[in-house]
Amino acid sequence: MDAIMLQEKLVERLLCARGRTTRQKDKQYVGFATLPNQVHRKSVKKGFDFTLMVAGESGLGKSTLVNSLFLTDLYKDRKLLNAEERINQTVEITKHTVDIEEKGVKLKLTIVDTPGFGDAVNNNECWKPITDYIDQQFEQYFRDESGLNRKNILDNRVHCCLYFIPPFGHGLRPVDVEFMKALHEKVNIIPLVAKADCLTPNEIKKLKDRVRDEIERFGIKVYQFPECDSDEDEEFKQMDKELKECTPFAVIGSNTVVEARGQRVRGRLYPWGIVEVENQSHCDFVKLRNMLIRSHMHDLKDVTCDVHYENYRAHCIQEMTSKLAQDNRIDSPIPILPLPTPDAETERLIKMKDEELKRMQEMLEKMQQQMHEKDTC
Amino acid sequence: TEPDDISREEKRSLSLGGHVGFDSLPDQLVSKSVTQGFCFNILCVGETGIGKSTLMNTLFNTTFENEEASHYQNGVYLRPRTYDLQESNVHLKLTIVDTVGFGDQINKEESYKPIVDYIDTQFENYLQEELKIKRSLFNYHDTRIHICLYFIAPTGHSLKSLDLVTMKKLDSKVNIIPIIAKADTISKSELHKFKIKIMSELVSNGVQIYQFPTDDEAVSEINSSMNAHLPFAVVGSVEEVKVGNKTVRARQYPWGVVQVENESHCDFVKLREMLIRVNMEDLREQTHARHYELYRRCKLEEMGFKDTDPDSQPFSLQETYEAKRKEFLSDLQRKEEEMRQMFVNKVKETESELKEKERELHDKFEQLKRMHQEEKRKVEEKRRDLEEEMNAFNRRKMAAETLSLSQPLKKDKDKKK
Repeated sequence: MDAIMLQEKLVERLLCARGRTTRQKDKQYVGFATLPNQVHRKSVKKGFDFTLMVAGESGLGKSTLVNSLFLTDLYKDRKLLNAEERINQTVEITKHTVDIEEKGVKLKLTIVDTPGFGDAVNNNECWKPITDYIDQQFEQYFRDESGLNRKNILDNRVHCCLYFIPPFGHGLRPVDVEFMKALHEKVNIIPLVAKADCLTPNEIKKLKDRVRDEIERFGIKVYQFPECDSDEDEEFKQMDKELKECTPFAVIGSNTVVEARGQRVRGRLYPWGIVEVENQSHCDFVKLRNMLIRSHMHDLKDVTCDVHYENYRAHCIQEMTSKLAQDNRIDSPIPILPLPTPDAETERLIKMKDEELKRMQEMLEKMQQQMHEKDTC
Repeated sequence: TEPDDISREEKRSLSLGGHVGFDSLPDQLVSKSVTQGFCFNILCVGETGIGKSTLMNTLFNTTFENEEASHYQNGVYLRPRTYDLQESNVHLKLTIVDTVGFGDQINKEESYKPIVDYIDTQFENYLQEELKIKRSLFNYHDTRIHICLYFIAPTGHSLKSLDLVTMKKLDSKVNIIPIIAKADTISKSELHKFKIKIMSELVSNGVQIYQFPTDDEAVSEINSSMNAHLPFAVVGSVEEVKVGNKTVRARQYPWGVVQVENESHCDFVKLREMLIRVNMEDLREQTHARHYELYRRCKLEEMGFKDTDPDSQPFSLQETYEAKRKEFLSDLQRKEEEMRQMFVNKVKETESELKEKERELHDKFEQLKRMHQEEKRKVEEKRRDLEEEMNAFNRRKMAAETLSLSQPLKKDKDKKK
């Protein structure tokens, strides 16, 4: 009942905005203006899922940030390795899945963690386990999608990767560049400046400019916010512009609640002051959260499906067909659609051309014979 | 027996009847060293951008010229810079050595090597000077590293693997003081846990860091309390901020101001106190008496010197030198012989080769000569044959002619008949 009332209200609002009279409304109202509402209802029922990967060296505040973003504690009993154990550490991939709900909307959130990245003394190709994992998820989805029973496909593809850049240096380091270049065509990368409370506002600006320059210089394709439509209002456009100029976001996370300015907020307590995580003049946490969760979560999923996954799929199919062409005995695990049969028109043309060719060949033969006879005479 | 008696005797203590005046000896020493000037060498090891240059500027309250390093160096290299500072009437020749590119490479297995090589080279130079015949140690610019400040990144968890590996390689060569850099990103409670974790990791891996000396009563109390605060959590800044009615060196954030010299904000004051005001001289002494001596001993043992020979009698350096020299000369002679032998052999070989070649050539020549003779003979024969033929022909010709001369009458007669 509630939903139907909502539908009617929505319809009314839409039609009133165009200034139609009631009489015209009765004549011309078809009713598909309620589609957005139907989509909303169905999606609430179905629920959403989102896979977020966090990558970066140990000690940059990844876990704290994830906890701050989703206001929960995902990393309850984790064990951190000693320096000695990390000398030859290999990179692992760990997954934490939680189901969270807000105002009736369910979200199945998966956080993919990469402990050990960049921690060993020799970090050659330490991003390989990560790229392998992402490819595996694509492959899994590819198989599922091409299977016979497609009712319950689980989408484990990584929708977004938050990459943490240490604030202690002068910009990107070689390991940062190599990692991002290995992943920028497989996943949406959002670079972040971690532990931003060690930088003054000037230093943050300098570092951001530096990082943006280096990203362009090295040709790294990080996730780009979609352009806003030209008919959006000015305020939205302004916000969008500010958002884009603020990248990479300088973030601070916190697991603790402190008392600041009479309120209880998430923050970090220092002898010289209190850093508030959600204070926009302290850090870009709010911008990141808004972008990641409140406005662009679905766009991240779309780009993963439409761009990164399609790239993978096309690449995979090309490889397979070139292999099949070489060896007919290989059974393809995935049904390859046969090449489209030429239609009648083209067949006729082909036949004509064939006959022409035959005739010309015969003429040539005759001529050759004649020449030969002449010679022998 | 006799020397023991003497030394035992000399240990008697006597009381003086009046003021002699040798209590001015320390003052004399001090005035001498002041005129000489002091020299101090600091090595800063840490990742690019961790704040090494800023801390040096803050410690010595000056601006040492420095360009920002890039993250894209191929390897680690050390950059020493020497400055002359003066405070009151004391001159200090300060050398600051920076590790450029440390921690930036993807493969950091070789990162510690340039640092160890640099320290060893300074020791080697000093050793060479010491072993010279004509030496001037009092004039020598001592470049041995007196203190290594190891900058630990403020992750809040523990040491990085690279830190552990590097400190283990350095702890027997130089005095190490570990410090936590950019400490204004760690809250108080986290800092306490972090310090404990770092120290326990160092201890459990057997890394020997510099302990402030506690045997001198004048400073033992402050030193032992400082030992408990290691590693020092420091913040560096050369910018001045107005706080209250004073202007102090600080970092200004939107949420507050971190004052460098405020002991409740960071341990900078403790570091300065310990490093410069209290223990600088001890650091120099330790470098010379412990680290340098260890290096020297290892080096000389490598070269084959020993303090005592197999019979446990003290070896004199001179004898060892002589023995070494003889060994060296005999070695040289042997090598000369070898070379000579080799030379002779080579000459013989070449000679025989040449002879062989000569013989071959000779044979060939003979052969050709014979062929030539053969040909000549044939030609001669032919020529004789030809001559004979010619003679025969000539005779027949003559015969034919004479015949024709006497014949034509007959012929005519015949014809007339």
